[in-house]
Amino acid sequence: MAEKVSGKPYVRPITSEWIFRHPRYLRYMVRELSCLFIGAYTLLMVWGLKQLADGPEAWRGFLECLQSPASVVFHVLALAFALYHSVTWFNLTPKALPLQLGEEFVPDGVIAGAHFAGWAAVSLAVLYFAGAF
Amino acid sequence: MGERLVELEVLRYHPETDKEPRFQRYSVSCREEWVVLDALNHIKEAIDPTLSYRWSCHMAVCGSCGMMIDGEPKLACKAFLRDYQSVIRVEPLAHFPIERDLVTVIDDFMAKLARVKPYLIPKDAKTVEEGEYRQTPAELKRFKQYTLCINCMLCYAACPEYGLIPKYIGPAAIALAHRYNQDSRDGGRDQRQEEIAATEGAWDCSFVGACSEVCPEHVDPAAAIQQVKIKSMVDWYTEHLMPWLKK
Repeated sequence: MAEKVSGKPYVRPITSEWIFRHPRYLRYMVRELSCLFIGAYTLLMVWGLKQLADGPEAWRGFLECLQSPASVVFHVLALAFALYHSVTWFNLTPKALPLQLGEEFVPDGVIAGAHFAGWAAVSLAVLYFAGAF
Repeated sequence: MGERLVELEVLRYHPETDKEPRFQRYSVSCREEWVVLDALNHIKEAIDPTLSYRWSCHMAVCGSCGMMIDGEPKLACKAFLRDYQSVIRVEPLAHFPIERDLVTVIDDFMAKLARVKPYLIPKDAKTVEEGEYRQTPAELKRFKQYTLCINCMLCYAACPEYGLIPKYIGPAAIALAHRYNQDSRDGGRDQRQEEIAATEGAWDCSFVGACSEVCPEHVDPAAAIQQVKIKSMVDWYTEHLMPWLKK
């Protein structure tokens, strides 16, 4: 058995500097941040539903509110973050859900691609039921 | 064979005399094909014999020479000088206490590795006379990539969660636990789940993915951790919603 070294190990302090150590950490933080916009948008939807339930007057007020410059800026930002959130998470799906058929694993692109296809199908269905076509 | 002058800025720490680490710069005349480890060996032999660091195989197999090279966790034997600018910053692996110079204290990792039981716990124990535990190529492929882990701890140095939450079991240990859980010959999954399905196990991971990016053996610990999360979630729902399915 080796003799235990009786030094005085130096523990380096952890600072927030790691976020900037490599672009991957910044990309990760942006992905984490994206959930705030997704959450805020969800609250906006809930508020909209409430206005809808409160009658035509309240609903019209809600729609007018959506057209304000601040609302437009928020929607553009929320869309950008929602896209980043969805694309980065869908690209990670092959890691969490590997599929082995026989000896070989299904290629990552097929698993991520299936998620993107599902996303597109659901989006089209929502647009269809919303009367966009 | 070309030579060039490389400046190595090495973090030094002598526990007997230093209050905190300090950088020391060495000018080393290096050959074009050298890796950082060659430069360190040259310093140790010809310039400063007091420099301490770990190394053994010089061929990315033993996992001893992991260190931060220009802020990235790398094996010093796999980091070619030609891929860097003329000043290269060399520091001990991040998130581990420094024992001396580039040598870190790795007791925490060793203890965590032991906790996840990274060895075969046979489903049905056999005597030698009864023969070997057989496995099909497909069953082997299911976990093979995780067997390539060399315990170099680069993934721990890359993982901000480990830096922020020292109790987190961490990428390599979870990946190795997953390796044995995925093995058709193994029956030790319940014992390992106690460690890796806990908060300090897979659930402390927020999927930064840095562990897989820095792995010198192209193991994918991030994938293993997410699969452990899914399996432990399925376990939880099975236990609480469909207890009759539990053996």
